Amino acid sequence: MAERQTRGIIIEGLRKRYGAGETAVDALKGVDMAVSPGEVVGLIGPSGSGKTTLLKCLGAVIEPTAGRMTLGNDVIYDGKWRIKDLRALRRDRIGFIFQAPYLIPFLNVTDNVALLPMLAGHSDGESRTRAGELLEALDVAHRASAMPSQLSGGEQQRVAIARALANRPPVILADEPTAPLDSERALSVITILNAMAKQYETAIIVVTHDEKIIPTFRRIYRIRDGRTEETAGEGRSTEKPETGKPEEERA
Amino acid sequence: MISLAGRDILHGWGKFALTGLGLGLLIGVTLTMGGVYRGMVDDAMVLLDNSGADLWVVQQETLGPYAESSSIFDDTWRSVSGMPGVEEAANVTYLTTQVRRGTEDVRAMVVGVDPGMPGSPGQPGYLTAGRHITRSHYEAVADGATGFRPGDEIRIRRNTYTVVGLTRRMVSSGGDPMIFIPLKDAQEAQFLKDNDSILQQRRRTASNPSLNRPGVPGLLESVITSQSANQYVNAVLVRLLPGADPDETAAHIRRWLRLEVYTRDQMEEILLGKLIATSSRQIGMFLVILAVVSAAIVAFIIYTLTMGKIREIAVLKLIGTKNRTIVSMILQQAVGLGVLGFMIGKIAATFWAPFFPKFVLLQARDAVTGFAAVIVMCVLASILAIRAALKVDPAEAIGG
Ligand SMILES: Nc1ncnc2c1ncn2[C@@H]1O[C@H](COP(=O)(O)OP(=O)(O)OP(=O)(O)O)[C@@H](O)[C@H]1O
Ligand SMILES: [Mg+2]
Repeated sequence: MAERQTRGIIIEGLRKRYGAGETAVDALKGVDMAVSPGEVVGLIGPSGSGKTTLLKCLGAVIEPTAGRMTLGNDVIYDGKWRIKDLRALRRDRIGFIFQAPYLIPFLNVTDNVALLPMLAGHSDGESRTRAGELLEALDVAHRASAMPSQLSGGEQQRVAIARALANRPPVILADEPTAPLDSERALSVITILNAMAKQYETAIIVVTHDEKIIPTFRRIYRIRDGRTEETAGEGRSTEKPETGKPEEERA
Repeated sequence: MISLAGRDILHGWGKFALTGLGLGLLIGVTLTMGGVYRGMVDDAMVLLDNSGADLWVVQQETLGPYAESSSIFDDTWRSVSGMPGVEEAANVTYLTTQVRRGTEDVRAMVVGVDPGMPGSPGQPGYLTAGRHITRSHYEAVADGATGFRPGDEIRIRRNTYTVVGLTRRMVSSGGDPMIFIPLKDAQEAQFLKDNDSILQQRRRTASNPSLNRPGVPGLLESVITSQSANQYVNAVLVRLLPGADPDETAAHIRRWLRLEVYTRDQMEEILLGKLIATSSRQIGMFLVILAVVSAAIVAFIIYTLTMGKIREIAVLKLIGTKNRTIVSMILQQAVGLGVLGFMIGKIAATFWAPFFPKFVLLQARDAVTGFAAVIVMCVLASILAIRAALKVDPAEAIGG
């Protein structure tokens, strides 16, 4: 248990102020949060409450103003960055999933996924093998050589998930990953995220407004006016007996 | 690692190819302008080389015979021949004019040379067909570029000449092909007046009491003859004895015959520095404008291509792509565009150069310089795009 905790995400008293002086905005006013490896938690809150700001801090693209963030075994921030190469941190330890898939339009599906291991220094062959496995697990292997523009929205989002998983990061940050999808596909994305969280021991935070998927989380953080409060979710099954078939095969 | 630049180009190859084509044609025009300049220089050098002369003897205080008009007496060559170091001296006249070929006009430089002296300075060098001029009237040797064939009739002023031989690469400094005719005919052609003015001049001379004196038979006749004969040539071309010092001989002639003399080096200086100097500045101006326009096109296209990828660049940065990788992607595209453009331009220039009326000389040296310039230009042109790409914030990929 202790070991698991150290490998997840721990956020303590995180603050973020945009700008300075009279126009300053306190977007985060002391956020506390903890996500264990293998867990998917929801992060919900009204517009302007600071959800995206939190993801940006955690994703090391903006610098918090104060607080502490622990990722895996490392403190990455405690008043200042504790990691020199934030780019490598993002590449190796954080997977990003956005509202739109944002695949690279000039790379085919396999290479969109394989690009991340390649950037991390793995060989082309190894990277593509890894991409192939992930695409298999996400049930889009049959589209492996298609270009992103030739995929359906749901397929694109699954490729984006494969990309987020490509470097086996301990953390995945998803900002409204189901917004453009219908309820069946939205639920299937959550199913996949749950399966992947377990399979790869990943801690996943899903920011969402989406009423369809909120009931599926076991734990939910509500953020309001820059502060979080933890609530228990319904943890409802995503119906359809486990779409994450590949997970069972692997196990 | 996959080549991001290459994949992007392949993905949008249509746009890339069309831009490359447009840029290529511009580069082709640029290379051709350079070729036109080289052609002019080459024409001037060929003019000097093919004249076979070491010294040009011309009228005092002129830059003759090519850059300014010059006239000296046609017996000067005898005195020049006697100067130390001179092997051979020959009279020559130059007249750029329209000559008639059948029903058309051809612009040509008519050169008067002494007949029956092939190998003397000023004579047509190598014949591709026929023979040299042997009679003192109404024969001609023409440069192949005039379009004449042996046996054709050429009309120059009021006389008709028969083409007896063809030569090649004998051109004026302006690139007009040469036609060689006997010296006497050429002198006449330069001086020729129409019949009316001849009549009028005779009448004027006859009415001048001091020239038409009663009791002096033959005076009027000789005055009229001297008026209607041309005893001038434009220059005397000199070939030196082997080992003779051109500057020394030139100094001698200047001093003793009171004429201007130019050596080969000075003549080159006159042709390049004076005669075609304005044209080459004109071409230089063109080259500058073409280079600026090409650079602007490359900059615009690379900038547009990059701006169209801002979101992808933000995503690439977010997932940990190094700035160096992104910069090299943009640079590779710019340089790729340059290489494609240069290849198209080189092919285009090589293809259309022979169709130009004047000699276009495409030198490998210029192509290499041009290539380097294109690459430098493409790199500079991508600076704007690179700056824009470096400014992209990875946070943009996450959105709001
Ligand atoms: N770059 C910025 N500069 C100044 N203020 C900002 C900036 N980004 C966000 N804010 C402010 O910080 C607060 C939190 O914004 P944030 O984007 O985190 O909200 P959110 O919870 O993601 O909202 P939504 O659900 O609408 O996406 C808002 O009041 C916003 O106006
Ligand atoms: Mg947001």
